[in-house]
Amino acid sequence: MQENLLQPRDDSRGKQMHPDDNGAVSRVLFAPLLICAALLLLSPAAAFSQAKNTCIACHSQLDDPLHVNPDEYAAGIHAQKGITCVSCHGGDPTADDMDKAMSKAAGFKGKPERKAIPAFCAKCHADSAYMRGFDPSLRTDQLAQYLTSVHGKMLAKGDDKVAVCVDCHGVHDIMPPNDPRAHVYPTNVATTCSRCHADAAYMKPYKIPTDQFALYNSSVHHAALIDRGDLSAPTCTTCHGSHGAAPPGVKSVVNVCSTCHVFQAQLFDSSPHKEAFDSLGFPGCITCHSNHGIQHPTDAMIGTGDGAVCLKCHSAGDPGFEAAGAMHDQLVNLDSTIARSDAILNRAELYGMEVAQPKLQLADARDDLMKARVAIHSVQTAQVDVDVQASMKVAQQTYQAGLAALAERSYRRKGLFVSLGISLLVLIGIAFLIRKLETPSHE
Amino acid sequence: MGTASNLRNWLDERFGWDQIVTFVRHKTVPQHRFSYFYFLGGMTLFLFGIQVVTGILLLLYYRPSPDGAFESVQYIMTQVRFGWLIRSIHAWGANVMILTAIAHMFSVFFLKSYRKPRELTWLSGMILLFLVLGFGFSGYLLPWNTLSVSATKVGTDITGQVPLMGHWLLIFLRGGEDVTGATLTRFFGIHVAILPGLATMLIGLHLWLVQRFGMSVPPKIDAEWTANPAKVHEVRFFPNFFLRELMAWYVALAILGTLAAFKPWELGAKADLFASAPAGIRPEWYFMFMFQTLKLLPSKFLAIPGDVLGILAFGLAAAVWTLLPFFDQGKQGRGSRWVAGAGVFALMYVVGMTVYAYLAK
Amino acid sequence: MQKSNSNDPSKPERRGFLETFLGISVVASLISFLYPVLRYVIPPKQAELGSDLVLAGHVGDLKPNTGKIFPFGSRPALLILTSDGNYHALSAVCTHLGCTVQYRSDLREVWCACHNGTYDVDGRNISGPPPRPLESFGVMLKGDEIYVQRQRNA
Repeated sequence: MQENLLQPRDDSRGKQMHPDDNGAVSRVLFAPLLICAALLLLSPAAAFSQAKNTCIACHSQLDDPLHVNPDEYAAGIHAQKGITCVSCHGGDPTADDMDKAMSKAAGFKGKPERKAIPAFCAKCHADSAYMRGFDPSLRTDQLAQYLTSVHGKMLAKGDDKVAVCVDCHGVHDIMPPNDPRAHVYPTNVATTCSRCHADAAYMKPYKIPTDQFALYNSSVHHAALIDRGDLSAPTCTTCHGSHGAAPPGVKSVVNVCSTCHVFQAQLFDSSPHKEAFDSLGFPGCITCHSNHGIQHPTDAMIGTGDGAVCLKCHSAGDPGFEAAGAMHDQLVNLDSTIARSDAILNRAELYGMEVAQPKLQLADARDDLMKARVAIHSVQTAQVDVDVQASMKVAQQTYQAGLAALAERSYRRKGLFVSLGISLLVLIGIAFLIRKLETPSHE
Repeated sequence: MGTASNLRNWLDERFGWDQIVTFVRHKTVPQHRFSYFYFLGGMTLFLFGIQVVTGILLLLYYRPSPDGAFESVQYIMTQVRFGWLIRSIHAWGANVMILTAIAHMFSVFFLKSYRKPRELTWLSGMILLFLVLGFGFSGYLLPWNTLSVSATKVGTDITGQVPLMGHWLLIFLRGGEDVTGATLTRFFGIHVAILPGLATMLIGLHLWLVQRFGMSVPPKIDAEWTANPAKVHEVRFFPNFFLRELMAWYVALAILGTLAAFKPWELGAKADLFASAPAGIRPEWYFMFMFQTLKLLPSKFLAIPGDVLGILAFGLAAAVWTLLPFFDQGKQGRGSRWVAGAGVFALMYVVGMTVYAYLAK
Repeated sequence: MQKSNSNDPSKPERRGFLETFLGISVVASLISFLYPVLRYVIPPKQAELGSDLVLAGHVGDLKPNTGKIFPFGSRPALLILTSDGNYHALSAVCTHLGCTVQYRSDLREVWCACHNGTYDVDGRNISGPPPRPLESFGVMLKGDEIYVQRQRNA
């Protein structure tokens, strides 16, 4: 692989790939020979590699597109494993003289063409025997997958605007995917993809939408991944694949979603919708929930009212319409019953009654409501009813508990008033007794 | 009847019953425009009795360990019949008792009842006041909710600022460096054994001294009466004064019951020793004036930390206040007016600081 | 203490009435104070076991290779009887997003319906989103009663 070379990037995309170089001093230098020689004495090159590395010594001082951030390079996985500039670009890293360092004689290859990059990286990364020496669990099928992807296929046809390895992984700042600094770390993936896919001008020739990133950012999955830090939440590559990136086919969308949303998928598959959707060529899940901008579902989504997705296909009179309305009513009734219990328990609590136990029971009722909301994917009211009834029972029990708490409060007050009444009588009695004892006719 | 007089004889032969009855019959209470303040001492005693009774009842169910304290109080509040009543009366009663104790102390101060020969009555009373504050502080931790643990942390932190002894005192109170289950065990022992033992002895002494010297008449009234003996007015303690006191006690009990029914003491959330302190912790109202003062003091004054200065100042003030009878012999004149003036300042300071502390929140 | 007023015939009646009235009301007030105290000292039927120990069920409630949800303090917990005759007790609150998990007899694993997380019968998270194991509790048998106790950490 010492034969492969990478020339400094000269296209504008290169600028966007490099992270901010806060550390490096940006100086405009047009006498590289002189400066390199002088800076060699101060170069940080010695710090990270036993061997002298004049490549970094010069290129860390140069501007884009020739700039290489030495700290990022040093922290990157390749440098960490001893794979340095020479491994990819060739040349002589010990030569102070620029022409000598980047001479053909020294094996300098420069920057590879974009079209050649996948094969270039695969020279190592597809070589199982070689990669085993670094980490036996690393996959080595990335190139094979890439060739099946939309990016790979179009690259093969000659389009080099599509993503190649370095567009996603970076060039000199490649980190392992499980490192939070990596461009392909789950929380960074969407941003990485958006560099092309959200750029309307760049994507113009391809005639596909460029709103996916914006939609995804408004979605529950984004909220889970970025806001809550839940790394199990999906990002672009979860559904589209990474190396073999392609949009899932209509038939396979359900399979993709069902990797996490098992229950919903099972219910859908056994529901009348499956056959209907298949025959109409509709993809499951996203027909109602959309694909990128998935919002938290609400009870309004099901039924026959405003915002109900059922109305896309169903109209008044057909059994689906009836079922939709029925299920909506089931959910809404249950929700309001739970809310009623919640209200009375809160009121009791405000009055100082201890209702911690019923409040926690109500959490069970809410769990069942959630299960009911999953059950609607069967589009059978009987199935939804199973969870609704369970929840109603608990909600009603807690409502009774709330009533009991309020009754107890009344009882306490009544008891207090009785006691106060008796005390008042005692006070009156004592007052009269005092008066009697102290009026002058008695001693 | 024969049995009544037989019983009386039996008691007299063993307890000197007749002597006691005669004493009570002859005990009088001076009647003047300040007489209403005489109720405060008895009221404090009555409330102490309520605390003892409700406290013993709570002891039947309370468990003094971090695993059980909160749950046992929750059990009392929710499962035990009238548990809510006993617990709320105990919690409210504590606050009302501290209020009457402080009022009793200030009324004795302004009526100058601490003068010779009643110096030891004042002294024992001041120590009782400190014990009562100790009851309040130790009892507050026992429900083991977030508020109590935080307040205890802050309170013992301040104790740790006392010069020389501070750190040792902190370790002694907390049963270690931090507030933990060990602190709870300790505070429980202090609250149900040590303080009650000390308080009982001191109350006994205090009451005996009060009976021995009788009720003190304020100097102004005393002067009026000396000048005009016809104005002297005394009522019999039993039944006249006692009946009135009984009315006051019924009213106090009615107030406690109403508070318990309308504003039950909250349970809060179980303390989590690993959670960070909630914002805005503050001690109970009777410590607020000290808390607010410490907050207002500069962090350093002439190389002495502000907190230490505050604690020393309060310590000094408490010492002077306790030893008051030895400063003010009660002679009329300028010295006496200075003391009264200082008392007014102290009262206004305490009230003002407390009000300010709450408004500033 | 009181002189008899034989010259005032109406007074003895009133005196008697006042004393009786006062006596009755004082006794009534004392009863109203003592009644709560007496009810208080009688222990409630549900003896408190403490938050760390709960009666989860009885032997025979569960068939081998099944599980059931029971309340443990304020949260749901899962009691499993595996086919080797051992009881396992775990917190039933999924460590992913808090859904209530269940025991799957077919998988012989604990499963969360919300996002397909699985745990083994000791609570270790095996697959899916759950980031942490389920808290496991100690199980003690007393006669035919099954008690579940929170493990005390050192």
